[in-house]
Amino acid sequence: MSNTVRGPAIEVAGLTKTYTSGDTVVRAVRGIDLHVEAGQIYGFLGPNGAGKSTTIEMLCTIRNPDGGTARVAGFDVVRQRDRVRRRIGLVFQQQTLDLQLTAEQNLRFHADLYGLSRADAERRIDEVLTMVDLADRRSDVVLKFSGGMKRRLEIARGLVHSPQVLFLDEPTIGLDPQTRAAIWDYLHDLRRRTGITVFVTTHYMDEAEHCDRIAIMDHGEVVVEDTPEALKSSIGTDRIALRTDDDELAITRVGERLGVEAGMHEGQVTLAVADGAQVVPRLFTELGVHIRSVTVTRPSLDDVFMTYTGRTIRDSEAPQGSGFPFAGRR
Amino acid sequence: MTSRDTATSAVEPPFEALPEVRDDMTHQLRATWVVTRRELLRFKQDKARMVTMLLQPLLFIFVMGTGLGSIVDTGGNTSFETFLFPGVLATSVLFTAAFAGISLVWDREFGFLREMMVAPISRASIIWGKCLGGAIVATGQSLVLLALLGTVGLPYSPLLLLQLIGCLFLGALLLTALGVLLSTRIKTIQAAMPISQLLIMPMMFLSGSLFPVSGLPDWLAVLTRVNPLTYVVQPMRHFSLEHLSLTAAEQERLVPVLTWFGWEVPVGVQLLTVAVITLGLVSLAAKVFKTTE
Repeated sequence: MSNTVRGPAIEVAGLTKTYTSGDTVVRAVRGIDLHVEAGQIYGFLGPNGAGKSTTIEMLCTIRNPDGGTARVAGFDVVRQRDRVRRRIGLVFQQQTLDLQLTAEQNLRFHADLYGLSRADAERRIDEVLTMVDLADRRSDVVLKFSGGMKRRLEIARGLVHSPQVLFLDEPTIGLDPQTRAAIWDYLHDLRRRTGITVFVTTHYMDEAEHCDRIAIMDHGEVVVEDTPEALKSSIGTDRIALRTDDDELAITRVGERLGVEAGMHEGQVTLAVADGAQVVPRLFTELGVHIRSVTVTRPSLDDVFMTYTGRTIRDSEAPQGSGFPFAGRR
Repeated sequence: MTSRDTATSAVEPPFEALPEVRDDMTHQLRATWVVTRRELLRFKQDKARMVTMLLQPLLFIFVMGTGLGSIVDTGGNTSFETFLFPGVLATSVLFTAAFAGISLVWDREFGFLREMMVAPISRASIIWGKCLGGAIVATGQSLVLLALLGTVGLPYSPLLLLQLIGCLFLGALLLTALGVLLSTRIKTIQAAMPISQLLIMPMMFLSGSLFPVSGLPDWLAVLTRVNPLTYVVQPMRHFSLEHLSLTAAEQERLVPVLTWFGWEVPVGVQLLTVAVITLGLVSLAAKVFKTTE
């Protein structure tokens, strides 16, 4: 374990990247700082064009920053590129398997690229295939695999060389809910057993709940960074949704008598208040409109995202998968 | 110790001390070989490609060779097929090797290139691996055609076989390098196919693979001499027909002396020319690849 550096898994200071094409200058990343402790599952969220991909590419040594520094697993991403590469595992949004080869051949190629000995390669390939439940499919050509199996194989491949930091860019996009849940189970299990650091981007707010900490990026800057719980409490508003016999009248009366602006959202009268439990009784006594149902919702990460970026994550990013699930409401 | 403690203590060590990647020549050569081996594996997996790539040369030798043979005067008893054979061998690697080279575009399109790009290996070893792998596959495919030497009146001499295999490998490397170089600039499959065809066809016709390079009009003579494939075809034909006792007339018609501004270019120099051009192409491809990917 001599080559293992404990300490922050990712340490970023003043990282910048600017693209210039002709007259247009895009400041994709505007001097961000990040600090990720070893052993954390760290969520990296933000709308399209926020600079997430560019940041990940710089951390993974695919792109060189214009300014600032980034250290991953203890090494500088520019000056010690190969050392960083040796210590990180990558799973991209776009699949990067050789479909003509078998699962095992894909893993072996990877092990060879990373310089593992034959014995190490054999052992690690067995281990990772077992971990993602693909041991019995090892000799099958990847072309025959389902989307979920390919994704599991890619995660397995990212782990073959025992990385200290695993980067996952949208690891569950386009997968069905069962497979998404299974992948998160693998990640938790993996972190528990090996203490690996997981740096993950996702569109799914319910998945962000799995993270120990979350950073939200927008317009090239990290706008907020904290634990999911702290982020949700920081917003401090509950959402009340009503079904009534006269929605228009209800909206007007909420404005007049509670001094709160309400609106129609998904067929319900919706309002945001500081403490939902105290407001509910007043609704029944003061509105004078027959209320058929009331729901009080604690803030979700969706609301957090909305607050800090001005958009819901569903508005801001066109889903590539089928059917967007609702965010994890409490 | 409670049972719960036992469960939590059964954690694996945080990280294994797997070997550090060394930044030396041995590592780069090893990486090159890893990329090369993938090309061989892929080919082994792809039975259809093996068969289809063999059909074209057979058409050339037996259909075109026999068909045209009746109206072509070789100046003696040597059949047109015998003349054609080395040219067709070279043509067969031309196609397989060029396609092996542009498979880099497929690797990019299907994402696998990224897997190689983020590994702790140099860009040059990716390019060298692609070139060597493609060249070995293309040469290997042409080996089957060597079994036909006897049917066109050439001997199965071990020396001749060795010479032909050597030339085929060199030619294959040249064409793979060219294909890889194209792939570093062309990013889509739709563009790669027609552009490579545009390059392959003239190279085939202007190499003297299908007709002798002597007695051509000036413009055609110049074009054949700037075509690097010419210096693969001519030595192959030279080595093959050496084994037959040709009349002076046949010698002059079928294996004409290749000249540069009046200087007779020896076979060795011709092959050296190919080797130098090939090296140049691979280096250029590696350089372009390094700056653009």
